[in-house]
Amino acid sequence: MPIQIEHLTHAYMPDSPFSAVALDDVCLTIEDGEFIGLLGHTGSGKTTLVQHLNGLLKPTSGRVVVDGLDITEKGVSLIEVRKKIGLVFQYPEYQLFEETVAKDVAFGPKNIGLSDEEIDRRVRHAIQLVGLNYDKIAERSPFELSGGQMRRVAIAGVLAMEPKVLILDEPTAGLDPAGRNSILNMIRNLHKESGITIIMVSHNMDDISTLATRLVVMSKGRMVLTGSPREVFQQRELLESVGLGVPQAAQLAEELIAAGYDIPQGLYTQEEVVEAILALHGKGAGAC
Amino acid sequence: MENNLLPLELKDVSYSYEPDAAPAVSHVSLTIAPGSFVAVLGHNGCGKSTLAKLMNALFLPTEGQVLVCGMDTATEEKVWNIRRHAGMVFQNPDNQIVANVVREDVAFGLENLGVPQAEMEKRIDAALAAVHMTDFADRAPHLLSGGQKQRVAIAGVLAMEPELLIMDEATAMLDPAGRADVLETVRQLNREKGITVLWITHFMEEAAQADRIVVMDKGSISMDGTPREVFSQVEKVKSLGLDVPPMAEMAMELRQGGLPLSNDILNVGDMLKELKQCLSKSSI
Amino acid sequence: MLRDITLGQYMPGNSLIHRLDPRTKILLTVLYIVMVFCVSSPVWYVIPLAYILLCAKLSGLRVRQLLSSVKPLRFLLILTFALNLFFSSGETTLIQWGFFRISKEGLMTAVHFSMRLIFLVTGTAVLTLTTSPIALCDGIESLLKPLSKIGFPSHELAMMMTIALRFIPTLTEEADKIQKAQMARGADFESGNLIKRAKAMIPLLVPLFVSAFRRAGELAMAMESRCYHGGEGRTRLRVLKFQKIDLWAALVSVAALFLTILCGKWIKL
Repeated sequence: MPIQIEHLTHAYMPDSPFSAVALDDVCLTIEDGEFIGLLGHTGSGKTTLVQHLNGLLKPTSGRVVVDGLDITEKGVSLIEVRKKIGLVFQYPEYQLFEETVAKDVAFGPKNIGLSDEEIDRRVRHAIQLVGLNYDKIAERSPFELSGGQMRRVAIAGVLAMEPKVLILDEPTAGLDPAGRNSILNMIRNLHKESGITIIMVSHNMDDISTLATRLVVMSKGRMVLTGSPREVFQQRELLESVGLGVPQAAQLAEELIAAGYDIPQGLYTQEEVVEAILALHGKGAGAC
Repeated sequence: MENNLLPLELKDVSYSYEPDAAPAVSHVSLTIAPGSFVAVLGHNGCGKSTLAKLMNALFLPTEGQVLVCGMDTATEEKVWNIRRHAGMVFQNPDNQIVANVVREDVAFGLENLGVPQAEMEKRIDAALAAVHMTDFADRAPHLLSGGQKQRVAIAGVLAMEPELLIMDEATAMLDPAGRADVLETVRQLNREKGITVLWITHFMEEAAQADRIVVMDKGSISMDGTPREVFSQVEKVKSLGLDVPPMAEMAMELRQGGLPLSNDILNVGDMLKELKQCLSKSSI
Repeated sequence: MLRDITLGQYMPGNSLIHRLDPRTKILLTVLYIVMVFCVSSPVWYVIPLAYILLCAKLSGLRVRQLLSSVKPLRFLLILTFALNLFFSSGETTLIQWGFFRISKEGLMTAVHFSMRLIFLVTGTAVLTLTTSPIALCDGIESLLKPLSKIGFPSHELAMMMTIALRFIPTLTEEADKIQKAQMARGADFESGNLIKRAKAMIPLLVPLFVSAFRRAGELAMAMESRCYHGGEGRTRLRVLKFQKIDLWAALVSVAALFLTILCGKWIKL
């Protein structure tokens, strides 16, 4: 179910003196099973972009085509679109409202009019997908859970719609390292096991570089760069000019190459760089 | 007048939210030197935020003593004086700004202290200048970015002329640009105005900028030292649910692979310098 | 959407009227209301009309802006007019149409009452268009201060108003975000009958209240840590001061009031 974004432009309050262009002629195609890392600093248009993908915002011009259907056209059933494309907002735990976890997760499936058995099946499945124990947690109030658990429940609420594409807007914001790692692992497993397409908005290069299959870099409403992490991290100057950096390991590798050491181009993970340095060390056998 | 006193001293402090509950802070003793920049690092629920609230009498210790500039926080009549000396900035930028205009929010603490109006104007201008927000003095706070809001909150504390600035996870909700911005502002205040800073965080990048890091775990202090001393113990820091600087971790792996690197590597610059020394030029 | 709600209708400016002390403006608005009620026949609305036009001229507001404040009340206005027109008793019949009868007196009363409503609304609009909500708060606090001697919580009331003003944009933005998040889960806020729509608000209102309570708790702690301990011994950054123009404004307004009363009494039309 590919998503085609064609010449998407969005201006807030287009006819007022406060008018601001949030998206400027963005073109992008997302294929099935991709894991897209959407990068850019605050105000670059990432959040505006993802809100167009499930029809929460309407473009000023341009189209979004999901599975052959232009969702920006009038009269399109937005419920159908939202069944296919799940969107997890920033700090999603702030949207929880039901008395019990199970009821809250069931909210989405109920809205799309599923049978009770189907709802129950999906709720169980979704809670298990986010790494929580259904029997222990289903009947508890979401408001008495820990912050990390609440966030998982909120993500389960979107997964229970069984979308083909899952969009996460900074899913690790405000979490400590342990909480962040466990959410990232959960997302990694989700992508691996269910093959669902994932679009993750982030401004943390280190997080995204180990997860995404492709990066999309936004700045001032425009898409300035896209490619595999390896390709993108070689554009260090461009990334820095839009307020982003490269992972420290990539930076080290680049500095070593600049200093004349024989290290392959385009390394960016810690493991790769450590391996390359050790290989170099081995070659120079006891050179120190 | 309190210059010769320690800005903050904790003597065997414990605190429990409820009488029978496990203590959130247990037997913490800590002395903060005047003019220092100390980071308190720990994962969520390690007690670091509770500790912060003990430091300006928002909570009173169940056991032990907290001294702010020599004043015991348990002395009721000194509580306003203590809060003036130990100013605090909280996590959520939106939930600590009271007024509808930036300069009036900075005035809030001064109004509470009964500072005369003419004096207030002077202090507000100075405080806003110190956090580089002079141009925003007449703006509405809700239109500012997260980092700018936090700087307004810092100005509000600064106007009260505190000895100690407690940043209680004040960057946890900001984007990287806002975090860097707030950290730089506070470092500058520490350097140029000599204000003692207690920086509470779970971000190791921020803690690495401090003079001293106190690592909390399960309500007690589990490590205490300079950033290099703390982060060279990669395994221990990781076991406490925290990150270590990527270069410190890589240095450990390289050491295990046989490279003679020191324990002092925190950033790319450090790493590059040592690698250049130990990778022979013959391998080029 | 929700974001479009603007607060009040304050038009920032630096005119003579803008610069008046908010207390003067509040008191003079009360005086003006008395004046409008003192008008005895529709002809004498010429005095408040002149007064309003003078205010408009001095404040740089356009008459159209003032009149647009009547718009939300148009149904009330039509109702007032119609009720007075049809149900006032009077001797001179103008039109008789079956059960309905319109008398000359009825027509006069209808015009009179409608004019009264229009003048009341446009006059108070001058206050809200030229005074920021914050200044209004300050003015009200200061005017109510004498009442605190008999235990009236004037400081607390003003603090509550200030905080409410501060948090309206924050909570509006949050409501917008929660609404979008629930829509992403297939919630429908727009269709269905009244009961269905009211029910659809629950997923919006519960998180909003939970968040408002959390914010209130955190704000209380932040205020305490900044030494807030009630109104006692508190100084203010903004001190209200009556100036010469306040005196002039008061004199003009009192003169207009007397003129209205005298005209109504002595000159019968």
